[in-house]
Amino acid sequence: MQAYFDSLMAYILLILFLGFSGFFTWIYGSDIFFVKQANLQVFFSIAYWTLFFFIPALTMRLLSEENRSGTIELLLTKPISEWQVIVAKFLAALLLIVAALALTTPYYITVSSLGNIDNGAVFSGYLALILVSGMYIAIGLFTSSITNNQIVAYLLALSIGIFFQIIFQMLSSNLTGIAGGVTDYLSINSHFESMTRGVIDSRDLIYFLSVIVLGLVFSESMLMKKRSV
Amino acid sequence: MDIVIENMTKTYGRQKAVDNISLQVKTGEILGFLGPNGAGKTTTMKAITSFLIPDSGKIFIGNISVNDNPQEAKKNIGYLPENNPLYEDMPVIDYLQFCARIEGIAKDKINDKVREVIQTCGISREKHKKISELSKGYKQRVGLAQALIHDPEVLILDEPTTGLDPNQIIEIRELIKKIGKEKTVILSSHILAEVEATCDRIVIIKKGKIVADGTVEELRSQAQGNETLKVTIEDGGLDEIFKALQLLNTVELVDFVDKSTQTFQVKSKPGQSSRRDVFNLCVEKGWTLTQLTFIETRLEDIFYELTLDN
Repeated sequence: MQAYFDSLMAYILLILFLGFSGFFTWIYGSDIFFVKQANLQVFFSIAYWTLFFFIPALTMRLLSEENRSGTIELLLTKPISEWQVIVAKFLAALLLIVAALALTTPYYITVSSLGNIDNGAVFSGYLALILVSGMYIAIGLFTSSITNNQIVAYLLALSIGIFFQIIFQMLSSNLTGIAGGVTDYLSINSHFESMTRGVIDSRDLIYFLSVIVLGLVFSESMLMKKRSV
Repeated sequence: MDIVIENMTKTYGRQKAVDNISLQVKTGEILGFLGPNGAGKTTTMKAITSFLIPDSGKIFIGNISVNDNPQEAKKNIGYLPENNPLYEDMPVIDYLQFCARIEGIAKDKINDKVREVIQTCGISREKHKKISELSKGYKQRVGLAQALIHDPEVLILDEPTTGLDPNQIIEIRELIKKIGKEKTVILSSHILAEVEATCDRIVIIKKGKIVADGTVEELRSQAQGNETLKVTIEDGGLDEIFKALQLLNTVELVDFVDKSTQTFQVKSKPGQSSRRDVFNLCVEKGWTLTQLTFIETRLEDIFYELTLDN
C-alpha cells in the first residue's frame, strides 16, 4: 500500500538478499554442487536464514515510523480500519519478498538443466519460504507496532524470531513428553524441513497461518490500544 | 453537517483532559477553539475524528455517530492533525493520489480531484517535489490539501497556522474562510488574532471545561461590562479637569494615564456612555479635547481573564 517500492531501502535489501543467497548457494562452502543432486534444498536452507535476518529490517519501520512521525493519526482518521492498515502493510511486505523469491527462478532453471529436478519439492519449498516470510513479517509488524523506534523493532523481531528459529528446536531436543511435543511443534524448522522435501502437510500450513494471523491480530490490537489510552 | 458533542469526557491516567463537554457546531460555521496549552483542544478534536475513543459521551457528525459508525463518520471529515504529519519521502502529487485512494474516491476521478486541491491550495509549482523538500508553509498547504481531497463536509484543523510566516498565515486564513463558507469548520489555535480574524464563533476551554462560548462581540460585551474611554484634554488645570470629569453623572471612575499630556482613563457607569458628557464639559469650560478614544477589551484580555488560574 505504501510506496514501498519507491524506497531505496527495499532495493538495497532485495539486492543484498539475492547477493547473499546466491553467494552461499553457488559459490561458498558446501554449495549446491556438493550435494550431487539436482535440487534446491541448499538454496532453501540458505534463503531460510537470510530471510530471518532481512525481513525484520524490512518490517521494522512499517508501523514504528508511522508512530514516530504521527502519520498513523492521519491514516487512522481516513475511512479505513486498523485491520485494513495492518493487512495492507503485511501484503506490501510479502509482495516484496515474493518478488525477491521470483528473482531466484534462474537458480531453478540452472539446476533443472543439470539434472532431473523434483518440481513438486521446488514448489512446496518456495511455498514454505513464502509462509516463513509471512510469519516473520507478521512478527516484525507486531514488534514495529509496539514501539516508535525502528532499531528496537528490529531487535525485538529478531529475538522473537530466534525462539522460533533455534530455541524451540533446542528445547524440544532436550525435553520429553508434552513439553517436547509442544516446543517441537512451535519450532519452524520441523515444519520447514518437511516442506522443502516436498511434503505439504495441513498441520504445517495451519502452523504458519496461525502465527501470521496472531501477529496481525496483535498488531491491530496495539493500534486500537493507542486510541483508547 | 452539524457536529454535536454530548457530555464527552476523556481521562489520561488520573488527569481529566476533557471534562463533560457538550458542544454543537452548525453547518457553515467556523468555530475557533481556544485555550491554553493542555486545555483539551487537541483531545477533543482527536475524539471528533475518532482517533481517540472518549471514556464517555457521544459525538455525532450529522446523524452519524462517531462511536458506532466511525468509518462512515470519517468519510465526512477532513482532518489536519497537530504538527501536520506527512509521508515526507513521497512526492506531493503521489501523496495526494494516495490520500484520494484511501478516501475511496473513484479511480477515474482521482486525477481531477488532486488537480483541484492542488489549485485551491496553491501548490501547483511544488507538486512534483518531495514533501521533505518543501518549506513549512507549503507542507502546511499539503496537509490542508490532504484534508480537502474528498471534499468533506466537516473540517477539523488543529493549529493550522503554527510556524508560518505572516504572509502565509494570511493566505491560509483566506483559504480557510473561503472553504468554510459551505462547510463546518473547527479550528484550534492559541493565536488569538487568528481566531478573531477567521472565526464566526469562539469557544474557550480551560482544564477540559468550556468557560466561554459566543461570537467575538458577545464575548467582548460579556467581559467588558463598562465602557472605558481614553481622554486627553488641554488648556485647563490638571486637577480641575480631573474633578470635573469625576463629577459627571455618567462617569464612575477617572484615572490618570499620563499627567504630562493630561490624559485620563474614564470608566463609565454600567450601561451608560459618557462620551457626550465629556465633550459637552469641554465645550462648556472652553477646554480643548484632543483625544477621545474608545478602549475595546481585547480578546487577549478576555482570554487572560477566563483562563487565568485563580
